[in-house]
Amino acid sequence: MVRYALQRLAAVLSILTLISLFTFWAADSITNPTAQIAVNPRITAADRAAYVESLGLDLPFWQRYFTWLGNFVTGDLGTSLVNNGAEVWPMLRTALANTLVLLVVAVTLSVLVGIGVGALGAVRRGSFVDYAATTTSFFGLSIPVFWAGLMLQLFFGLYLADWLGVTPPLLPTAGLYSPGQVGFDFVDRARHLALPTMALSLQLVAVYSRYMRSSLLDALGAEYVRTAYAKGLSERAVVLRHGVRNALIPVTTQAALDIGLLVGGLIVTEQVFQYPGMGVLFFDALHAGDYAVLLPVVMTVAMAVFVMNFAADLLYGVLDPRIRRGTG
Amino acid sequence: MARADRDRSQRPLALVWRRFVLRRLSVVALGALVLIAVLAAAADVVAPYPPGEQHLDDILVGPSGDYLLGTDTLGRDTLSRVLHGGRVSLFVGVSVAVLASVLGTLVGLVAGYRGGRVDAVLMRITDTLLALPGFMVVILLARILGGSVVDVVLVLSALGWMPLARIIRARALALREHDFVRAARAMGAGMSRIMFRHLLPNLVGEITVAVSLAVAGAILAESVLSFLGLGVSQVHAATWGNMLGGNEGFMTTAPWLVWVPGLAIVVTVLSVNYVGDGLRDAFDVKTDVGGAAHGNRHDRAEPQAPAAHEGHASR
Repeated sequence: MVRYALQRLAAVLSILTLISLFTFWAADSITNPTAQIAVNPRITAADRAAYVESLGLDLPFWQRYFTWLGNFVTGDLGTSLVNNGAEVWPMLRTALANTLVLLVVAVTLSVLVGIGVGALGAVRRGSFVDYAATTTSFFGLSIPVFWAGLMLQLFFGLYLADWLGVTPPLLPTAGLYSPGQVGFDFVDRARHLALPTMALSLQLVAVYSRYMRSSLLDALGAEYVRTAYAKGLSERAVVLRHGVRNALIPVTTQAALDIGLLVGGLIVTEQVFQYPGMGVLFFDALHAGDYAVLLPVVMTVAMAVFVMNFAADLLYGVLDPRIRRGTG
Repeated sequence: MARADRDRSQRPLALVWRRFVLRRLSVVALGALVLIAVLAAAADVVAPYPPGEQHLDDILVGPSGDYLLGTDTLGRDTLSRVLHGGRVSLFVGVSVAVLASVLGTLVGLVAGYRGGRVDAVLMRITDTLLALPGFMVVILLARILGGSVVDVVLVLSALGWMPLARIIRARALALREHDFVRAARAMGAGMSRIMFRHLLPNLVGEITVAVSLAVAGAILAESVLSFLGLGVSQVHAATWGNMLGGNEGFMTTAPWLVWVPGLAIVVTVLSVNYVGDGLRDAFDVKTDVGGAAHGNRHDRAEPQAPAAHEGHASR
């Protein structure tokens, strides 16, 4: 067990190192973070050189990479190469918090709705409800999230308010707070979360309800369910206690995995709604060639994937006694 | 031998087709796809204008007699661009699906049939790629490579083959213990003969379903990349994604600019998904339910999960 854990840790660390090297190389070969300064005619060549040197950008590739790696490992994220040298850690912390809020809200809602819809479809297989849910989920899977986002912005920002005869927008279509908002206002924040959450949930609900439906159908066909019926339990008890309980396992593990993957996967949603999370930070840093910001963002996302993978494994073991640490 | 092979493989496919035809929606979807493909292929003839032709006196004109679906900020005809864009989207979708599936099948077959060290190495690579923050890596690669159709296809294929490789490996592992494989080996068949003549025909169902769903995933992924300005971005080259990306700022005044390419994507991907679903039933392949747009999942619940790639990360 210890040996297995160590092996796994070593694998994760080596992959993380590879990711950092790849990202560093990618960032380095795409854009020069001092490009802005290089074209500014009011900055003299000497000042420019001094600035490049102060950022350490005159050093060779490997030296810069290992300097970055050393600092990163010791917990020093350094400062941004653009943005007047802002500290990276506060930027990262804020973005991560914003992303996690959106993510946890959207995934939790989607899991709940998805489980409900999927269970209903499985229990009433072949009914109108099942048919409607399956069809809707097919649409959900086929609509690109960014387009769903744009449509939601159109509807809630324009159409609906027009039809209802109120001043648009019905819901804020971008950002985190209303302009001029001071301090934390729960209602304002929630209203800004509404549309991004809806855009994300459209697809997530589709995925989870299909997952739930099929795994509940599997569970209801299992022998222990037949046994439960034979014991004389009511349909309700069988479905809830034996069916749903077992069917929840794949759905919850999938949701855990999704949280890890989506930490970096919200790029599009965040971009559409100008939601200041990891995706926007990643995108801005990428365009600026700011590897000091880009690398910690990518590393955080990669680590989130590993952590949630591991969590999903643990969760799976806890929920399903048949799997308690055999092969994983 | 060859002749017997052909007879054997013809009959099941006819059966598959008969079962596919039973599903009305899938047949309708197939029809829609064929129509879309024909329109896109014939875009040069069907489209009223060349896709890059600017009508500078008619900028942001709404749907009208001259421009059935309106014009964009550069005065280009939306209908013409959506038809030409379909060509790119479908080409990317199909070629990514085919490339990724060929690669995934090869890796899976070799790993599953050879086993041992080869298997360990191949699966280590597969798992490593699966553990990457997929969409970020796609974006980084796309940014490095540049904006041609071929670049996009390469990037998406390079990171899209892993799920199928795992499915095929699992099936090959199971199949290689069957008597017909042992018999072939005893008759002196070499590795490639066993893999391609004996194992592969048994995997046609899995591969077909995976290809069809990967088409949907790739079309979505391309649209996302192009929307972000990282996909196909040559001047005047239209794709459904970059039509949306360039114009979303004008959507309140010119809503047709987001409706038209968006609906094109949705109708196409929906059709592909319905066809894939029909194929899955027809081939009787037991698969993952997350389906089309939910790529890169780890197949915890179902060992055979042909998740299409990248869709997942592209939220």
